[in-house]
Amino acid sequence: MKHLVKDFLRATAITAIMATGAMAQDTPKSGGTLVTVMGSTPRVLNPAVQSGIVTGLVGSQLFAAPLRYDEGWNPQPYLAKSWDVSDDGLHVTLHLQENATFHDGEPIKSSDVAFSIKIIQEFHPFKSMFAPVTSVDTPDEHTAIINLAHPHPALMLAMSGQLMSIIPEHIYGDGQDPKNHPRNNENVVGSGPFKLVEFVPGEHVIMERYDGYWEQGLPYLDKIVARIIPDSAARAIALENGEIHLSTFENQPTIVNRMRDAKGMNVSNDGYGGIGPIDWLAMNVTRGPLQDARVRQAIAYAIDKNFILKAVMRGTAKDALTGIHPDSPLYNGDVNAYQLDVDKANALLDEAGYKMSGDKRFDITLELVPFPGYKPQTEYIKQALSKVGINVTINATPDFPSWAKKMGTMDFDMSLDSVYNWGDPVIGVNRTYMSSNIAKGVWSNTQGYSNARVDELLAQAAEENDQAKRKALYAEFQQIVNEELPIYFLNAVPMHTFYSDKVGNPPITGIWSTSSPMDKVWLKD
Amino acid sequence: MDFMRVITTRLFYAVILLLAVLVLNFTLMHLAPGDVVDTIAQSMGGADAEVLEKIRIEYGLDKPFLVQLGAYIGRVLSFDLGYSFYYNLPVTDLILQRLPATVLLVFAAQILAMIIGVVLGVISARRPNGILSNFVTFFALFGYSAPVFWTGILLLIAFSLNIQWFPVAGMRDVTVEGGFWIHFIDVLRHLVLPVVSLASIFLALYSRLARATMMETLGSDYVRTAKAKGLPDRQVVYKHALKNALAPVITLAGLQFSAVVSGAVLVETVFAWPGLGTLAFQSILARDTPTILGILFFSALMVIIGNLLTDFVLRLVDPRMRARG
Repeated sequence: MKHLVKDFLRATAITAIMATGAMAQDTPKSGGTLVTVMGSTPRVLNPAVQSGIVTGLVGSQLFAAPLRYDEGWNPQPYLAKSWDVSDDGLHVTLHLQENATFHDGEPIKSSDVAFSIKIIQEFHPFKSMFAPVTSVDTPDEHTAIINLAHPHPALMLAMSGQLMSIIPEHIYGDGQDPKNHPRNNENVVGSGPFKLVEFVPGEHVIMERYDGYWEQGLPYLDKIVARIIPDSAARAIALENGEIHLSTFENQPTIVNRMRDAKGMNVSNDGYGGIGPIDWLAMNVTRGPLQDARVRQAIAYAIDKNFILKAVMRGTAKDALTGIHPDSPLYNGDVNAYQLDVDKANALLDEAGYKMSGDKRFDITLELVPFPGYKPQTEYIKQALSKVGINVTINATPDFPSWAKKMGTMDFDMSLDSVYNWGDPVIGVNRTYMSSNIAKGVWSNTQGYSNARVDELLAQAAEENDQAKRKALYAEFQQIVNEELPIYFLNAVPMHTFYSDKVGNPPITGIWSTSSPMDKVWLKD
Repeated sequence: MDFMRVITTRLFYAVILLLAVLVLNFTLMHLAPGDVVDTIAQSMGGADAEVLEKIRIEYGLDKPFLVQLGAYIGRVLSFDLGYSFYYNLPVTDLILQRLPATVLLVFAAQILAMIIGVVLGVISARRPNGILSNFVTFFALFGYSAPVFWTGILLLIAFSLNIQWFPVAGMRDVTVEGGFWIHFIDVLRHLVLPVVSLASIFLALYSRLARATMMETLGSDYVRTAKAKGLPDRQVVYKHALKNALAPVITLAGLQFSAVVSGAVLVETVFAWPGLGTLAFQSILARDTPTILGILFFSALMVIIGNLLTDFVLRLVDPRMRARG
């Protein structure tokens, strides 16, 4: 009995100690330098005039946006402590944090919001984000009313850090070209949780906590060092030997699987829905056999998606069946999955009039997109299509501009590609399917696809503020595109976050990965 | 006087060569489909057509080829290498920022390869059929045949991942705090693996050449005379024979300079060494014409300087060259 009591007391004590330890481990603490990494050098650190994930990583720390997003795609207060949308959807009012200041101590005012929107409208690469904005009223220093020509639900996602930044009018309003403004990369006066200390292109960006940040106690980290290491294998080794704590946007399947086994390392594919990257096989529907939807469907039936997901992507990628990323609340997975069916593929090709002659029906070219890691898919597709008599010639393009030129001028039959949704379909999806955007350079409607109903659906959805109705419109759009297949959707790009055990609250709980503020990320002892 | 004339002629040819490098490369870059604006679009995850067109007009990329070429050459003649559209910086600033890292890497690798190469060559020349000689031959050929990026990754796995002696990438650890010597040691630690990778290719060349010329020299009459005079073996080898055997090695070093610079492109990419090599690699991929031309200009300049230095050093070590003027 005595032993029993003793054991009970000991067990209770151990449990209590462990619980306290676990709590201590989970309680954020201030201090420390987080070392993260980027695969390339950002051209510009100011997200108001440049998009992209490396600009997003740094820009989202230096500049604040009105909103941030949780993992459920719900907007959360950020620089705007609250917001209202008028019943007619034509006015969005932002109520700004009252104690928010720029890094030079100047207060962040509603006029800065109006100024930032004006600059973004003029200089940001994605015109659709703020195109319907007609004016911004500033009734007082902390209220900005965005007036719209028509309801524009995409505005909410466009107000996240990856796509919008509040920049100081007293710095960027000096008459110099905002795109090449000297303060974009040096002596940056931002509005975010971290200040720029040093940017050495090709080497690193160093940022330190901004003590005047409006939210008390944040950011937790003293410093963020974002190193620039282009080689993914070198990045992985640097993570494993502890030189780096966190790496995001990693998408090489072999490295992802290797890191799963690495000691002290965590791997997650959460938090990339907003970026929304999809690998796909683009088909030029304006020439040759690909003009016939049955040929395109036959190609889909001849490709074994399971082989791609399991063997080529090694189980690291999610399936994607439409042009909207599977993590998006607007995704419609209830469409034809085009399971491998060689007989059906052959039948469709016969029906389209491309009879087998010997062991071949017709020749076609496939551009090898010059992104790292895309060769295996390309090789597999060539092999898979040969089984139904489609003779594929792979054209290797030496670099991105050569490939972009071919795509932008529709001088191709098929190409693998990787395209991002950028949050709302209006920003990153419509561009691929709208008939008004045919052949307007790379990542436009380079397939030459045109369907009046699709144009109508996308136009209606762009202005529909009722989320359920909007979802239904996009569901129909996805159904049509999945049937007509100007694009065969392969998989979501397997973007992953690698982070060491030391990282508390890693950026995997939102939708923008590190293209969102890391004010709540902290380092454990 | 003759020496000065040689130098002046060389310099004249150097200027012609530099201009030819610029015109030829500008033309080649222009012939390739697409341009830097496509790469800017890539870095932004796409962009509206009107935005891209505006950028093209702003950068003068919509103008006819000859107008663009003329404007570029005009700028270069007034010592302005232009503006990098991709990096948003003047090309000269960009190159000067990266130059020290490459100079450090290239010179350190050359010197290391030469010293170890010559020492190994001499050792193996003294006993050409000994175990050591065979080992040196194997080692040298292995280094020469292995692709430099592969050697680099192997070194990374061995010395950064497994035994963690050296850092993986970059030239310095920005989180290190301390005085000059702390930073000096930090750079030195970062330098080891890239230098060893780069030196591994050239080590083979130097050791093989040093071995061959040393064997030839050791068999010559004056060495036999020195030995007959009763001079100690060590003195004969290192004082008399080595000086003569060095001349071809130095010539080769000069000739190899361009190869070292191009080898640096690969090594810098693997180790994220912030030098001209990574800049060149990224600028080529980005089709950033002014930056690529600026780098070619600089690397041509470095090769010319390397060759001139070779001439100069040869004259220092070989009295016969001095006699020729």
